[in-house]
Amino acid sequence: MSNGMAILNPQQPRTAAMAERMAEVKGRSLWADARARFLRNKAAMVSVGVLGAVFIFAFFGHLVTPYDNETIDWNVLGKVKELGKPSLANGHYFGYDDSGRDLFARVVQGTQVSLMVGVIGAAIAVIVGTIYGAVAGYIGGRVDSIMMRFVDIAMSVPYMFVLILLLVVFGRSIEMIFVGIGLTAWLDMSRIVRGQTLSIKNKEFIEAAVATGVPSFTIIRRHVVPNLLGVVVVYATLLVPQMILTESFISFLGLGVQEPLTSWGALISEGTSTMNYGTLWQLFFPLAFFVVTIFAFFFIGDGLRDALDPKDR
Amino acid sequence: MTETILKVDDLKVWFDVKKPGAMPWTRPRKLKAVDGVSFELNAGETLGIVGESGCGKSTLARAVMQMVPIEAGSVVWLGDDLTGLDTRRMRPHRKEMQMIFQDPLASLNPRMTIGQIVAEPLKTHFPGLSAAKVKARVQDVLDTVGILPNLVNRYPHEFSGGQCQRIGIARALIVDPQLIICDEPVSALDVSIQAQVINLLMDLQKETGVALIFIAHDLSVVKHISDRVMVLYLGNVMEIAPAAELYDRPLHPYTEALISAVPIPDPVLERQKQVMLLDLDLPSPLDPPSGCVFRTRCPIAEPGCAQVKPVLADKGREHLVACHLR
Repeated sequence: MSNGMAILNPQQPRTAAMAERMAEVKGRSLWADARARFLRNKAAMVSVGVLGAVFIFAFFGHLVTPYDNETIDWNVLGKVKELGKPSLANGHYFGYDDSGRDLFARVVQGTQVSLMVGVIGAAIAVIVGTIYGAVAGYIGGRVDSIMMRFVDIAMSVPYMFVLILLLVVFGRSIEMIFVGIGLTAWLDMSRIVRGQTLSIKNKEFIEAAVATGVPSFTIIRRHVVPNLLGVVVVYATLLVPQMILTESFISFLGLGVQEPLTSWGALISEGTSTMNYGTLWQLFFPLAFFVVTIFAFFFIGDGLRDALDPKDR
Repeated sequence: MTETILKVDDLKVWFDVKKPGAMPWTRPRKLKAVDGVSFELNAGETLGIVGESGCGKSTLARAVMQMVPIEAGSVVWLGDDLTGLDTRRMRPHRKEMQMIFQDPLASLNPRMTIGQIVAEPLKTHFPGLSAAKVKARVQDVLDTVGILPNLVNRYPHEFSGGQCQRIGIARALIVDPQLIICDEPVSALDVSIQAQVINLLMDLQKETGVALIFIAHDLSVVKHISDRVMVLYLGNVMEIAPAAELYDRPLHPYTEALISAVPIPDPVLERQKQVMLLDLDLPSPLDPPSGCVFRTRCPIAEPGCAQVKPVLADKGREHLVACHLR
């Protein structure tokens, strides 16, 4: 388009004809760019593989072992140190736990519970926090002040105390853990999202949408949220291990998931209490899964951050 | 073609400004971004608005679009008073006036394809339209602004600044508006692209009869495109006149100073030119001078200028000026 004067008329039939002949060109979205950068990140890709393996272990692990997680082997009970060692020969790959149950099956079960708590807890936090923060930030003014002061107040309550209180008053159950974690985890998220929304809100494309007459909630959904999703995704991957840690800590204290259910935290807690008897594998296996998974999440979060915002490295 | 479509009367836009670190209950000060601006716009006409940074050009545009709260005055659009309309009742009018922005790339959502971006106003105002019709219309409009319609699936970052501005123009055009407010549409583009975009706007105006409000701080650009020009200073109108009249016979000393500062693309003439430099900086709109707001920098100011605020007076030939002395 070298000659500015002839944009409209003389060239128009030609452009139309050219367009006719050419197929529609596919664009490269920012998401596609980010995906390409993420796929090049070796640490993150290894972590994705490791995490995939952990998930496969959680969902299909029970198919590899002939033992279930509740049958007690009375022959081993009391002699776990001598007879309960991990062994490929007898099919107890991770050995026995202190009550004479197959530890492999127990770890599979614990992995399921821990991952569920992590993923569902983070999902609740992300959904609630994103909506809350985006609405507060976009509407602004007094609504924003009231909504964010509420968050400040809720944050100033020591959440571990609230969580423990909830578990003591309403009984120890996995549902109560979800409620307790859900009550507090979205607060951070909403703050982060609000901050991002404030910076996006002043961009001209938002102004363009307002000038066009797009309704406010459509603007939030179509223009604000997709543009802060990068930050949200990164934070969410870091939130999952945080949820797992919280649950593990609660379970370690003995307030979390209760028998016959178990989780990494509960298994680690059992493992530490039997360390003195020389059955170290009871600590080692759940702890290894726990550490590896958390590391994998952190590396993925790092990789996502680099991929989604290459300037911010 | 002399039907008045927009009538702005004594429009005031004041913002609340709090001192940093002030207590929540201290009374905010008023920043008078636009302070009593009146003008009329005819169908198919181009009104240029010029003035230095911070004189209220963009705020005036946003006030006309009802995007900032209005302190006083009225904006009458096609016979309807828009001031104080809520978002729902304002919506039908939004398709009649559209806007083009300064930063071409920033005015397009980076997560949407240009097809989606251009279609948005159409989908907002005609939700019942079939996908095929929307697509046809989008391709039509893109073709009009000189973007190959087969690029609809591309994203804004895959285009140059000039192309992005064309996409922005396509988005404004798609609902057949009667007025497009151009908020410094070419300031972020380099000179050759500026010419393309301006010529595109002028061609479109010829074709569709759309009226333009063209905001810029580049006087030569404004002269090229405008039928009439309005000069703003500290939220006040200094002078309104037909473009040629204003440039040939500026009456207000501020307009004279602005025009004398326009560079001439001829080194010999440029060196001989006398630039009328103004003393001091722009006064704060938080605390504008009494009487005539320009008096603190005016080379011909007299003591009387501090007493009474001058009103726009018709000096003939559609030339309006707000000055006691001219």
